Amino acid sequence: MRHLQVTDFRSWEHVDLPLEPGPTVLVGPNGRGKTNLLEAIGYVATLGSHRVSTDAPLVRHGRGRALVRLAVVNEGRELTVELEITPGKANRARVNRGAVGRPRDVLGILRTVLFSPEDLALVRGDPGERRRFLDDLLVQRAPRFAGVRGDYEKVLRQRNALLKTAGKKRSGSRDDPYALSTLDVWDNHLATAGAQLLAARLNLVADLAPHASAAYAGVAPDSRPTRVEYRSSLGGALPEGYGRPGGERAEPEKLAQILLDALGESRATELERGVSMVGPHRDDLDLVLGEAPAKGYASHGESWSFALALRLGSYELLRAESGGEPVLLLDDVFAELDRRRRARLAEVAASAEQVLVTAAVDEDVPGELKGTRFAVSEGEVRRA
Amino acid sequence: MYEGVVQDLIDELGRLPGIGPKSAQRIAFHLLATDPADIGRLQDVLGKVREGVQFCEICGNVSEQEKCRICRDSRRDTSLLCVVEEPKDVLAVERTREFRGRYHVLGGSLDPLSGVGPDQLRMRELLARLGAEEVSEVIIATDPNTEGEATATYLVRMLRDFPGLRVTRLASGLPMGGDLEFADELTLGRALSGRRAL
Ligand SMILES: Nc1ncnc2c1ncn2[C@@H]1O[C@H](COP(=O)(O)OP(=O)(O)OP(=O)(O)O)[C@@H](O)[C@H]1O
Ligand SMILES: [Mg+2]
Ligand SMILES: [Zn+2]
Repeated sequence: MRHLQVTDFRSWEHVDLPLEPGPTVLVGPNGRGKTNLLEAIGYVATLGSHRVSTDAPLVRHGRGRALVRLAVVNEGRELTVELEITPGKANRARVNRGAVGRPRDVLGILRTVLFSPEDLALVRGDPGERRRFLDDLLVQRAPRFAGVRGDYEKVLRQRNALLKTAGKKRSGSRDDPYALSTLDVWDNHLATAGAQLLAARLNLVADLAPHASAAYAGVAPDSRPTRVEYRSSLGGALPEGYGRPGGERAEPEKLAQILLDALGESRATELERGVSMVGPHRDDLDLVLGEAPAKGYASHGESWSFALALRLGSYELLRAESGGEPVLLLDDVFAELDRRRRARLAEVAASAEQVLVTAAVDEDVPGELKGTRFAVSEGEVRRA
Repeated sequence: MYEGVVQDLIDELGRLPGIGPKSAQRIAFHLLATDPADIGRLQDVLGKVREGVQFCEICGNVSEQEKCRICRDSRRDTSLLCVVEEPKDVLAVERTREFRGRYHVLGGSLDPLSGVGPDQLRMRELLARLGAEEVSEVIIATDPNTEGEATATYLVRMLRDFPGLRVTRLASGLPMGGDLEFADELTLGRALSGRRAL
């Protein structure tokens, strides 16, 4: 990233921030808008916020739209991405002052890995948090999956709507042959889209797990061993090696058939309950510490280590693949960590091509990361 | 609130799609200030639209007579049938001047969220036509989105038992004037799987 400009984004009326390789530190008191800036950068990479699921809070109070412009160098190419965020309307995007297009087209230009206090939810939160973690990483890895994920969600909503109405009719009187034959159609589409998403997630977990376990061992060397495993709603129907490091690569064609069979088996229950019971929307990522799941068993510090390990593992994974060095964004994380974990994270961060760090006070920033320093105050970012 | 008939007019206009209370008011007062001859013309077409325009009893397209212009045209190839969602899709295909067959307008796509199933679409009429007419190929031209694709799959399943009937789907591919480099992977993937020999 070479240059960030935001207008009417969150608390910022306007910011103009030149950026350089290596560490950049943003220091300022609570509530001055440090996280808001990282959030803007993260939005360019993922088209979403790590804090909220809708766009409305991203636009400055009293304004209609927010603008984020980011100049990046990706594998030697200079690209300027402009995003216009207008809640309630379609957002718009532009690359290099070219034609205005769909935001989805800017995915893949910038890749980021963001660590933030919210990451504790990866370990302690609902399965949905971990699915979102996987899917976001998937999109960073291959932008095409933004479309696959969107398709799956749409098919799922349609199928659930049909299950509800078909289920009602069924319990009322006779079967409605039309509803059931269209259910076959939606089963088919759910299986096709679901299999693509599921295969990609399984392969992602197979690749990510070793990085995450290594990262955990790095931050907590005396700890019990950890495991990261995909838990599929297909259960035992899933082929043995799928999702395991070194195991067989998951194939969408095979999975589509397995999903279709599973949908057939659960049809009666699904009609009764009016929701889709199998598919990637019911899956989870199991985080195991020793022999027990981290959720509900791990201590506060261990949970933090696991969250950190997932992010560090993601970073190492993206780094090892083509597509341009990912940018590290460390939001307020050092204050949460003990000495050893601080040191480990600082070590990785110092080796990053580019890393942005936010902190309330200078003491929270490890010595290795004392690069370019900006002071963030009311409505202003100044080089210090 | 305005008095009597003025408010009635505003209310009626406000029921039209895309017209909010503000616009309804603006249009109403514009009409009040308009030359009576202009109003007369508007009145005239409004009257005619309700009486004169109907749906073609064969294909379901909008029409001024019982059968639309395309269904009446004896030069059209009756062995080709293009299935579309809406009358506006007929216009789109007609503009290409590539298609010499006839149409069947479904009146929408499978959309359970909006309560649309096969019963709400002109599926039975399609089956009846295939039974009665000498159709050799059905070209499915539903939209390339979730609902359109599901409708296409449904049609394929419904039509595969017709002996000797060829069922095809519009290829969805790359937009003209675009750069291959910037095509999104979904579009490019679809174009690849729908490739044809030259
Ligand atoms: N849409 C918005 N419009 C105006 N102000 C907003 C908007 N959204 C958030 N803010 C303000 O931004 C501030 C929070 O900014 P941010 O989270 O970036 O702070 P921070 O500098 O990271 O603080 P901390 O050190 O506590 O993490 C809050 O004061 C909040 O009121
Ligand atoms: Mg913050
Ligand atoms: Zn007709």
